[in-house]
Amino acid sequence: MARKVLTLGEVRDGALRNVSFETIGAAKIAAEGGEVVSVLIGNDVKSLGAELIQYGADRVVVVEDEKLVQYTPDGYSQALMTVIDGEKPEGLIFGHTALGKDLAPKIASKLQSGLISDATSVEEAGGNLVFTRPIYSGKAFEKKIVTDGLVFATIRPNNIAPLAKDESRSGEVSSLQADIKDLRTVIKEVVRKASEGVDLSEAKVVIAGGRGVKSEDGFEPLKELASVLGGAVGASRGACDAEYCDYSLQIGQTGKVVTPDLYIACGISGAIQHLAGMSNSKVIVAINKDPEANIFKVADYGIVGDLFEVVPMLTEEFRKLKVHS
Amino acid sequence: MNIYVLMKRTFDTEEKISISGGRINEDGAEFIINPYDEYAIEEAIQVRDAEGGEVTVVSVGSEEAEKQLRTALAMGADKAVLINIEDDIEDGDQFTTAKILAEYLKDKEADLIIGGNVAIDGGSGQVGPRVADQLGIPYVTTITKLEINGETVTVTRDVEGDSEVIETSLPVLVTAQQGLNEPRYPSLPGIMKAKKKPLDELELDDLDLEEDDVEAKTKTIEIYLPPKKEAGKVLQGDLSDQIKELVNLLHTEAKVI
Repeated sequence: MARKVLTLGEVRDGALRNVSFETIGAAKIAAEGGEVVSVLIGNDVKSLGAELIQYGADRVVVVEDEKLVQYTPDGYSQALMTVIDGEKPEGLIFGHTALGKDLAPKIASKLQSGLISDATSVEEAGGNLVFTRPIYSGKAFEKKIVTDGLVFATIRPNNIAPLAKDESRSGEVSSLQADIKDLRTVIKEVVRKASEGVDLSEAKVVIAGGRGVKSEDGFEPLKELASVLGGAVGASRGACDAEYCDYSLQIGQTGKVVTPDLYIACGISGAIQHLAGMSNSKVIVAINKDPEANIFKVADYGIVGDLFEVVPMLTEEFRKLKVHS
Repeated sequence: MNIYVLMKRTFDTEEKISISGGRINEDGAEFIINPYDEYAIEEAIQVRDAEGGEVTVVSVGSEEAEKQLRTALAMGADKAVLINIEDDIEDGDQFTTAKILAEYLKDKEADLIIGGNVAIDGGSGQVGPRVADQLGIPYVTTITKLEINGETVTVTRDVEGDSEVIETSLPVLVTAQQGLNEPRYPSLPGIMKAKKKPLDELELDDLDLEEDDVEAKTKTIEIYLPPKKEAGKVLQGDLSDQIKELVNLLHTEAKVI
């Protein structure tokens, strides 16, 4: 059944986050031949609309207002509901990001609809749109369908492939005026702690350090490896608790959930809470002095050894590979 | 201050998970207060101790949640309410739970409602914002700090590692992130006192809700365990050879580099 599906584009530091393109990829599947319309909310974001078209959106609707410079549930829901009232979509796909997690339930409540959160895949099977999502901290999966009302899901970044970018694609990017008022939560200050550069939750390569990193300086070789591979640095809770790094780097049940193509765990024992945040990575490499460490049970490849010896050698070897390829 | 806490009884996900009859096998499993809801309970108690008032912990579930509600009372909550849907609803979803909670809360004149930001079993994180929307009050999710000054509420929100300082006003709903506080363990006197504290039980009828009003909008059609990962390959030999082998494997076998 062809249906019209809306996606929400997300902007960070003036650029579209990758998950914006992944929502279009998911929406193409969910639309089953219907129209995919991306929504962009913010101030001065219209110029980004063309890129959403290049990634497969058929149209883009932009809502701009000074009150939408920063995300607030009230501002964004007013903007989005204005679009929804006009477009009357039969499906909605957002990223399962800080913004999407916060906003989607409010929109679902307003529409009195269901919402499938944190989906890692979507497919058409047996006449249903079937979403797969991890449950029980990633130790099991469930397949879910919508039984009543519109198809609404948030998708976990890095799991559903975006379509290939096609720069020859064109489509309408239109503006819509929304009456944004009575914002009941006001952002007074934003404290940036997350690392500059590659976004941890969207990184294709993650180099993570645990207690074995031993100190703040101990993260330096990991940072170097990350920079050679164009990846991001993460950490276990143990490393954060020991104050080797900021909690913004924490990966695990209480931190971020990441699913990169390559996860290199350095000096991480592999506590279950940590595994909940990374075990669905495509390829896992473990480097640990202790051959009995739990992390080796989930790793595809392991090296038993001192990370301070192994990581710099690995960096060097990758450097050589990059030069040759 | 009239404070409500939304609490869920959850499967302890540190337990081994197995499946029987298409469902997660709960036989002999340990059940706990959802860890994020523990932060919520602790915060509610601290706010009450500072501002005065009363803490009521509410849970939607089955009779078995009485145990976790008693634990919340033992921690220091004043009252507990179990909305028992066991006989009425077989498979609810987040729409179901939020609608029931909102219906219960609509005439309670809550000043502050606190929940966990996500339950570790279902992992949706929907119920808090949904309830706030239905009650027509603002919300802030994943908070790590809460300050109340008269009607003004200042919270720090964790946003993928960055933090936002947000100002709002009562009444408000907030959801707790790790780092908000250190939940206390129930003390022995607390456990004794909890036995005498009120624990009311309600059903859908008491809320003037019909089963149809709260019927789930989504359905789980299959639950499965991830395919067992084959034991990884621990490399052997001289370290420099291991490094070369690893880079080669990542490049040619796994093709991720």
